[in-house]
Amino acid sequence: MNAGEPILEARGLVKRYGHVVALNGSDFELYAGEILAVIGDNGAGKSTLIKALSGALQPDEGEIRLAGEHVHFRTPLDARRAGIETVYQDLAVSPALDIAANIFLGRELRRAGPLGRVLRLLDKRAMRREATRQFAELKIGVPSITQAVENLSGGQRQGVAVARAAAWGRRVVIMDEPTAALGVKETGQVLDLVRRVRERGLPVVLISHDMPHVFELADRIQIMRLGRRVAVVTPQSHTMSEAVAIMTGATRGDLEQPAATPTPTDETEPG
Amino acid sequence: MTTTTTDATASEHTSRRSVALDIVRAVGGSSIAGPLIALVLAMAFFAFKSDRFLHAQNLSLVLQQVMVVGVLAIGQTLVILTAGIDLSVGTVMALGQIVMTKLAVANGVPAFPALLLGILTCVGFGILNGGLVTRVRLPAFIVTLGTFNIAYALTHIVSNDQTYSGLPSVLLFFGRRFTIGGTAFTYGIVLMLVLYAVAWYALTQTAWGRHVYAVGDNREAARLTGIKTDRVLLSVYGLAGLMGGIAAMLLVGRTEVGDPNAGQTTENLDSITAVVLGGTSLFGGRGSVIGTLIGAAIVGIFRNGLTLIGVQVIYQYLVTGVLVILAVSFDQLAHRRRL
Repeated sequence: MNAGEPILEARGLVKRYGHVVALNGSDFELYAGEILAVIGDNGAGKSTLIKALSGALQPDEGEIRLAGEHVHFRTPLDARRAGIETVYQDLAVSPALDIAANIFLGRELRRAGPLGRVLRLLDKRAMRREATRQFAELKIGVPSITQAVENLSGGQRQGVAVARAAAWGRRVVIMDEPTAALGVKETGQVLDLVRRVRERGLPVVLISHDMPHVFELADRIQIMRLGRRVAVVTPQSHTMSEAVAIMTGATRGDLEQPAATPTPTDETEPG
Repeated sequence: MTTTTTDATASEHTSRRSVALDIVRAVGGSSIAGPLIALVLAMAFFAFKSDRFLHAQNLSLVLQQVMVVGVLAIGQTLVILTAGIDLSVGTVMALGQIVMTKLAVANGVPAFPALLLGILTCVGFGILNGGLVTRVRLPAFIVTLGTFNIAYALTHIVSNDQTYSGLPSVLLFFGRRFTIGGTAFTYGIVLMLVLYAVAWYALTQTAWGRHVYAVGDNREAARLTGIKTDRVLLSVYGLAGLMGGIAAMLLVGRTEVGDPNAGQTTENLDSITAVVLGGTSLFGGRGSVIGTLIGAAIVGIFRNGLTLIGVQVIYQYLVTGVLVILAVSFDQLAHRRRL
């Protein structure tokens, strides 16, 4: 599965907020067709890492490569243009708009010819058709594509967000705690969706607190601690408690070098 | 539960055609139904109370009286859809009206440039509002309360409290009448209806319209989907300013003077009243410009009807106040149910 070059790769990412070092030289690799989970305690740097990869913030040091090429994302829009879509935990949808409108929000289709060019007339029919196809492909059950999102359950709403990411993500889909706001049954539905996105050939980066879900879904698991990647394990190579031990620092991770773990406050700037 | 399922099947059936269907849905949808019923009830009440009320001539008069507030309310709808508010529209309109009439009468500027400069003054204020809301990140309420006062002061400073009359005919065009079947209408009424049609089209049939709703509905979500939310907000406040300028032109056409005391209380509040009565939510993201037209008609009908049945003007304020609070209460209750 890990054959070939990584689709998305980062080397030595550093992000400081004043005296706090959120990312302390973290690496990252995502390969084609896999679900890579990123786990870590609060403050381990996983969301900072994800924000750097999705363009929500710019790292102070380090480099990011997409399909082997250097990229500098200044905004989430840059990352999206490059084919990286992000699903956020807090159901980032527009409740009063219908499902089709949400799927195409910010990327609406216009009618062909002067109606679209001059009068800017939306092609609602095409957008509904495309959204319906997308939902059928991902097997998301909703009563109607013209239903306002506010009438949907939390799981269905997150389904809308995932469908949007899957529809537009050409290279990578990042999911930042996609089930954090959901109940047990709805979480199951969203996890199924994550698998279906992978089946379509899109690699997925999954950030989650939930160890059982991570071990159920992920092909590989990147463990973060103190702003660094300390280990990359698989559900086959490690048990859940072994992973937690690495996460909390009870066990040393494979990628952790004794000399390379200065605490953030010890770090001094040369010059 | 039952209502959701019927809604779902109804919209399933109707997912075929787009534009024609949106009109049907806008009228049939719950947000328009309430205001429409209120409008019919108000008309029935005044028709019952006064023989003259339903006369074509009187209804045409209502339209003429509604015209200025109606145009202001278009801009107000756009702003409120983004969960903002524009308290400055009335005094900005008054300033625009003074600028265009003073330039034409006292400064000898030709009518068209004078008109244009008056409208541009209003657009400038709209952009100032939008700039302060987006760049300095101030609440719309405070920003527009500030510009309300600035425009008020400038109106009196620029005019020196003088009323400008003897206006060139260009400035009076929209007050001119034409008759259809013996009933007189003004070109201003036509312009107002055209502006409503354009606003409806822009809001429901273009991406920009969707972004206006999305920004008011969930601004952060809109930003994350790549919508330039600041640009949308700036356009909305700028357009509210433009509507103020056009309303100033209509007001001048109707009153045939540039009056520094015009439009400072009733038009300002009435534009918000029209939007709220029209079912647009003050929480943003929900509502329609068609509802606002109905809301403006309700305001106009109450003012006209109460005058016809001999109620003193001061009671009209009382009634409008009660109407607004009722409408806002419905909005609040509906909002709470959605949460």
